[in-house]
Amino acid sequence: MRFSESIFSTRFQIARHDLENHLAEALSAGGDYADLYFEYLLTSSIGIDESMVKSVTEGVSVGVGVRVIAGERTGYAYSDDLSPEKIRKAARVAAHIAAGPSHVDKVSLNEGQGHNLYAVAMAPTETAFSERVELVKRADRAARAYDPRIFQVQASYADNLREVMVATSEGVLTLDRQPLARLSVSALARVEGGEPQRGHAGGGGRVDLDFFLREKTPEYFAREAAREAVAMLDSVAAPAGEMTVVLGPGWPGILLHEAVGHGLEADFNRKGVSAFSGRMGQRVASELCTVIDDGTISNRRGSLNVDDEGHPTRRNVLIENGVLTGYLQDKLSSRLMKSASTGSGRRESYAHVPMPRMTNTFMLAGQSDPADIIRSVPKGLYCANFGGGQVDITSGNFVFSASESYLIEDGKLTRPVRNATLIGNGPEALKYVSMVGNDLRLDEGIGICGKEGQSVPVGVGIPTLKIDKMTVGGTQ
Amino acid sequence: MSSGENHLSELARDIVRRAVAAGAGDAECTIEEGDEFSANVRMRELENLKEAGSRAAGLRIVRGQRTGSSYTSDLSEEGIARLVKSAIELADVTTDDPHAGLPEPEELGAIEGDLRLFSADVDTLDTEGRIALARRAEAAALDADPRITNSEGASFDSYAGRHIFANSRGFAGDYRSSSCSLSVVPVAKDGESMERDFWYHSARSLGRLEAPEQIGRTAAARALRRLNPVKVATQKVPVVFEPRVAASLVENLFEAVHGMMIYRHESFLAGKLGERVASEKLSLIDDATVPGGFGTSPFDDEGVASRRTVVIEGGVLKSYLLNTYAARKLGMKTTGNASRGLTGNAGIGHGNFFFANGVLPPERIIAGIADGFYVTELIGMGVNIVTGDYSRGAVGLWIRNGELAFAVSEVTIAGKLQDMLMGVEEVGDDLEFRGSVAAPTLKIGEMTVGGK
Repeated sequence: MRFSESIFSTRFQIARHDLENHLAEALSAGGDYADLYFEYLLTSSIGIDESMVKSVTEGVSVGVGVRVIAGERTGYAYSDDLSPEKIRKAARVAAHIAAGPSHVDKVSLNEGQGHNLYAVAMAPTETAFSERVELVKRADRAARAYDPRIFQVQASYADNLREVMVATSEGVLTLDRQPLARLSVSALARVEGGEPQRGHAGGGGRVDLDFFLREKTPEYFAREAAREAVAMLDSVAAPAGEMTVVLGPGWPGILLHEAVGHGLEADFNRKGVSAFSGRMGQRVASELCTVIDDGTISNRRGSLNVDDEGHPTRRNVLIENGVLTGYLQDKLSSRLMKSASTGSGRRESYAHVPMPRMTNTFMLAGQSDPADIIRSVPKGLYCANFGGGQVDITSGNFVFSASESYLIEDGKLTRPVRNATLIGNGPEALKYVSMVGNDLRLDEGIGICGKEGQSVPVGVGIPTLKIDKMTVGGTQ
Repeated sequence: MSSGENHLSELARDIVRRAVAAGAGDAECTIEEGDEFSANVRMRELENLKEAGSRAAGLRIVRGQRTGSSYTSDLSEEGIARLVKSAIELADVTTDDPHAGLPEPEELGAIEGDLRLFSADVDTLDTEGRIALARRAEAAALDADPRITNSEGASFDSYAGRHIFANSRGFAGDYRSSSCSLSVVPVAKDGESMERDFWYHSARSLGRLEAPEQIGRTAAARALRRLNPVKVATQKVPVVFEPRVAASLVENLFEAVHGMMIYRHESFLAGKLGERVASEKLSLIDDATVPGGFGTSPFDDEGVASRRTVVIEGGVLKSYLLNTYAARKLGMKTTGNASRGLTGNAGIGHGNFFFANGVLPPERIIAGIADGFYVTELIGMGVNIVTGDYSRGAVGLWIRNGELAFAVSEVTIAGKLQDMLMGVEEVGDDLEFRGSVAAPTLKIGEMTVGGK
């Protein structure tokens, strides 16, 4: 998209020289770097519960964030009013972080180029509501039809269309139009006299509505949610203690996100507070493990043409054959660590300061047949699906919770197991990876990552993985 | 903010009138405005300053038995026109729901009198003064012990805002609120062992904020006691939750008594009203009327007066937490717990939600345990409210012969919430509010610790 065609130019009447003036104002107290992040966000959501479409909402949010960096210091201010006076005021507030005379004469902006990873002609947010409402109705019907033991179904559909513009004092002006959509289904199953069990499934990405009509239909997600709920009816409580764990492909890749991803974000390492600090070049995983963070995969939920600081996203190798090779950098950390940005500067909205974040984090496929991996385990746990996870960056301890798992006995999957929380230590856990499947799969597109109060969409993925030793937090 | 207050209250009423004129049977409008400030200091140097104000409006309309919602941060004439048009149009694609709709007029109301939610002093300190508070808190942590070698910083945050609500059944109300908080995250190091912890305090008024030095020293002590942790063997032992961790159980129970979860049978407490669900030593109370509380408000997000609700009394489940919709589904009355952001149907929230204080000092609880686990932090989301299955990552100290003996980490604690509630053997006398959710120290008779 060109600046002159953007909503910021056409509707809000912002001219290029306005941006240059605001940046000069932001640097008027002597800061080293400044940027402006404009955002125009349209959101919609639809919810069905008890087969009734109970909630349909739509919203608009507009604003600009002004950031000034002076050495290690950051000043930030934002405005939800795009009038020149309000932006100028925000720029002056952000400028307070620096104390001195300006040493910038003038900023001249040139339009930069990013990728074109989500060439969506019509964003889902721009389609008729009646078409989108049909998605949750179909999901509701399909989940209920799956099995008579399904007694509650909730489905929600949400999309947004974010138009962003980043202007930096280094003269770069980038624009992007970022569509995002997600369909989620939750189902409860029950047998007479037993306790209910829940199943959940969902997916989406930076896609058009056709994705849900042709590729991953409401019925696909609905049946998956219902299948998990019904499967869990026969489940037993999780075992407790150290054992061999096999992770299925796809969403269980949340392991990488928690165990290594956060610990490799440059801000934590610059400050020396990560369990991975100072370990560059060291072995932190078995040599079977190569871990990538790639923001350039077409139509993925975690992908971006440019990050929220105007840098094109990249494919970054974090761990190569078990050796730590890279951090995820944003503008501030890369300046201070004298390294290149990795296109990993992200923020939740114009009201938030950017920081290094993941995009799509996954492990490269290995050689093993997934069936052989399971056959190789005399006694252990196979985890097929997960809820969420969390990590303590400093100690490196992380947990993630399996919503659907199975006991492995004599090389075969036997009883379903519910609520198995797995716990491990980031720099140690992947050293016990002894087999990597040839079946790399990325998740369906439901991930939300939280850091310091900011949420951003992300993706994860792994092939089937065998981890020889991990602690399972059950009761048996 | 003073010049804008009448304007925004009038705007909320005007949006309701315009929605009704455009065809809504009923309408309700929420407007939020607020100013936030944050200063962050790390390793004794200023690191971040953030300052901004924002405002936005949300509208929900009911037409027949259908509802539509919208929100906008664009309060221009064009933005408001779109807000109204959008909510009206969206109602057309929803389904008739016989339970939808606003509270009955006689249910609407507000608590009278000063609830002490706003104190102008949060705005009186200049930027340098605010930075100085964060600097002093971090310095106290860094100076507490040579093993405090690093820090994720200290923050001073403040907020002052106004909440405005009007509906087409004659309710119009607004209230201001303020808060400020100071937090510190020190990092302790000893050989290869590196651990962080945090401590904080928040208050509605700057004058009531704890001394920065006290917050910093507590944070340092918490990080230091985590050094050189042991991963213990898998075993079943008594578990003691310190207050900060016990409060997370209150949050779990909030979901379990949440009216929406109840009518959908998504909670292990659905259908258990009047039954014994916890140890008789346990009472759980929701009280949105406590002056100055972080969960206090004169009215809920549907315009129903806030109140005090006893949820569990002496182990017996007495009430769920309900908004108008959940109450109608269950054939009950709202408990004044409607909560929402700017848009969508009302959800359910809590006021000041807490386990009632007990009688035993926490030291006495620990002294009575030969072998057990004192939990100081939980991570992960392994709580299933449908079944009550509970399994979370835990950090803490091992109790040996009645004393806190050594640090423990990389373990899990697991059980069933049903059994954990019934298994509460002791309730501490140390209830203290640092937010809207609070609990005293709790001892649970037995849980599984998952380790080696």
